[in-house]
Amino acid sequence: MTKCTEDNKPIMVGDRTIPPPDARYITISIMGQPYEVPETLTILKAMEFVGYQFTRGCGCRGGICGACGTFYRIEGDHALQTGLACQTVVEPGMILAQVPFFPSNRASELDLETKMPADQQIATMYPEIFRCVGCGTCTRTCPMDIDVMGYIAHFKRGDIMGGAENSFDCIMCGLCAARCPANISQFNVAMTARRIASARLTPKSECTAARAEQVRSGRYEPMLAELCEMSKEDLKTLYVEREREPDLAKPGEWMPEDQTKL
Amino acid sequence: MSEGYTPEMLDLIKKVEESRPQRLSESRAGQAFPAMSMDARDEVLNAYHPDYTEEGRRALGIGANKDEVYPEELVDLLESRSMLEAVNPDLSTPDYETDVLVIGGGGGGSAAALTAAAEGLDVILATKLRHGDSNTVMAEGGIQGADQEPDSPYFHYLDVIGGGHFTNERSLVAAMTNDAPVIIEWLESLGMMFDKHPDGRMKARHGGGTSRKRMHSAGDMTGAEIMRVLRDETRNRKDKIKILEFSPAVELLMDENGRCSGAVLNNMETGAYYTVKARTTVIATGGTGRLHYRGFACTNHYGATGDGLVMAYRAGAKLGYMDSVQYHPTGTAYPEQNVGLLVTEKVRGLGGQLLNIDGEQFVFPLEPRDVESAAIIRECVGNGNGVKTPTGRLGVWLDSPLIDELHGPGTVQRELPAKYIQFKRFGIDIAKVPMLVYPTLHYQNGGIAINDQSESTIPGLYAAGETTGGVHGHNRLMGNSLLDILVFGRRAGQSAAKAIADGAEAGQASLDHLVEYGKTLSDAGLDRGAVSPMILPNYATDEIRSRRWDVKSPTV
Repeated sequence: MTKCTEDNKPIMVGDRTIPPPDARYITISIMGQPYEVPETLTILKAMEFVGYQFTRGCGCRGGICGACGTFYRIEGDHALQTGLACQTVVEPGMILAQVPFFPSNRASELDLETKMPADQQIATMYPEIFRCVGCGTCTRTCPMDIDVMGYIAHFKRGDIMGGAENSFDCIMCGLCAARCPANISQFNVAMTARRIASARLTPKSECTAARAEQVRSGRYEPMLAELCEMSKEDLKTLYVEREREPDLAKPGEWMPEDQTKL
Repeated sequence: MSEGYTPEMLDLIKKVEESRPQRLSESRAGQAFPAMSMDARDEVLNAYHPDYTEEGRRALGIGANKDEVYPEELVDLLESRSMLEAVNPDLSTPDYETDVLVIGGGGGGSAAALTAAAEGLDVILATKLRHGDSNTVMAEGGIQGADQEPDSPYFHYLDVIGGGHFTNERSLVAAMTNDAPVIIEWLESLGMMFDKHPDGRMKARHGGGTSRKRMHSAGDMTGAEIMRVLRDETRNRKDKIKILEFSPAVELLMDENGRCSGAVLNNMETGAYYTVKARTTVIATGGTGRLHYRGFACTNHYGATGDGLVMAYRAGAKLGYMDSVQYHPTGTAYPEQNVGLLVTEKVRGLGGQLLNIDGEQFVFPLEPRDVESAAIIRECVGNGNGVKTPTGRLGVWLDSPLIDELHGPGTVQRELPAKYIQFKRFGIDIAKVPMLVYPTLHYQNGGIAINDQSESTIPGLYAAGETTGGVHGHNRLMGNSLLDILVFGRRAGQSAAKAIADGAEAGQASLDHLVEYGKTLSDAGLDRGAVSPMILPNYATDEIRSRRWDVKSPTV
């Protein structure tokens, strides 16, 4: 590998797949129908390559939105596998179907003001978690490698914070719920638990509340109005001369010399 | 784990490892690579930023912003006819009636819906894909808000307007920076899982162009966390908020007084159209990354096709800042499966450095994004110091392992969990080896012109978020888009409530403006037979397109 030269401009084809002339093709099966696709494509791009235009089953294309959950098997292998279509590379003999939606149970009302203990609140809203049989299929199914059964176990034990933290990476694709023999909609339980853990079990940020109160009092409106009226040159001077908080300053310790605009 | 890289790339990574101890001791001593002067910024922007060159742009030939020069792909979209122009549907009996119609189900639309519902209004939220499908979920690094002691909205304002090259709409900057601490507090009250210190204090970091630490985060999926909390809360308000998914608005309805009176929705799964009569309408349809200006890869959601811009423009709304696009400095350049995907600025906020093929720093890691992007393009294309991938792309190293060295083992995995998993899938452990990055199309700085109450130039029509233009000027800083959508989404909801309290009513719905627009297009000789909005991107190959024998209209 050598240094690139000026004529080496990057390839500019947006998101369209233009396979190189020497690309190797493999056969995959999309909902039972075989197609030839270049290897190294993700399932999502392979489906677009053969002509699918997605309405469902495609979202952020970056592994964070949960729209493209996919089940697949490799021909000749009994194991059922899962992945996000936008993140999973096609393999020879892959037989796939997307699950862009799955019916789930979401308890209707979430009350963040209740006095009920958090663990009871979860147990009341989602009593089905106690029917978990501990099979671990959810954990094996999760395309985000979350220990789903583990966080459900936290909720059963009443450790709402632990379960909330362990479920944080959840993208709510619903594949866990699709496979659960106890009919639990794990991702909705976790969503509720994270909100309860954050709103009810975590101390409030005092400096945020204090500042929000100052904003509501109208404290900053004259200062901002002054900036809105200022000449561009004066603004530039203020911008260039503003003090920068040191990178390694501890929270709440460093203060600027000019404290008139705080 | 680094088998995801080729042996040639692993050889080059050795140079990064060789220079790391020296860079680490400099970082610990607070010695950063020097930031650019204002003149040096201008120089690199003018020479290397795609917005500053003539290529790929042309003047718009129609509408309120006629003669302004925009990217060609956008001009194509605006110089197209409506799919409903020749239909002449019966609009006398609306299928739905509501106080507020929100078009778009991302963070901005959801904030508008929740705010309007809290004011006691009935809301319909119509969205093209699933509720929550949006660029909001893809914002990784954080949301700004001046809530720490050494900070205030005043300094936030200075950072925003300096980052935007002093071209921002100042009243919008004042609104956004003023509301920010209230927004952070609101999210906290809804049960958002912010990164916090044990005593509850928000963790706050620097971002590119910030003078104070005010970047709040939830791991490296801050936007996804905001979105899932807002969506969950919206589902708690079923009494007031009706959600229509897979039902994009395709045109606005206008009444006899020139007021927006709702929209036409299309159920994409059945093909049926429905009309909504609304006292107030909020557009929150997001950006245009999926237009792939100049063939750039993009970080955007599948739905980012600028539908709201097209609808509003046909109805006569003024746009602003549409010549300005943000290229995120650090899009993934390798592996090929991840190309274009965002690598959050938080990596650099945590101390990650950009390095050329020789393992040397060439730019201060936290310049404003346009400057940082231009500097990377210069290092690769101008100086020939980029690393070439097996498929011929270029990139520079982003030294993520330095973060663990600076802040302790496990920091990368803890602070960047989504990114860690995304690379791990392809055999790259970003706690141990650097990432390869190159600028990618990221954000639309321009959009529908609004005032500080989220009002567009059309009565009854409000807009919020990426579909609007002005608050970020010609360059947006990290952490201000998640803030922007929520501030102006909420202000749109509040303005709608105020308008309705003042007696706003929708008159007789009409689509006459589409006929007018089509005629203007024909008269100007600009009609190419194309139809917009785009609604869905089309990534079919030429081979497939040629086999769709019955599809005649050119693809926009």
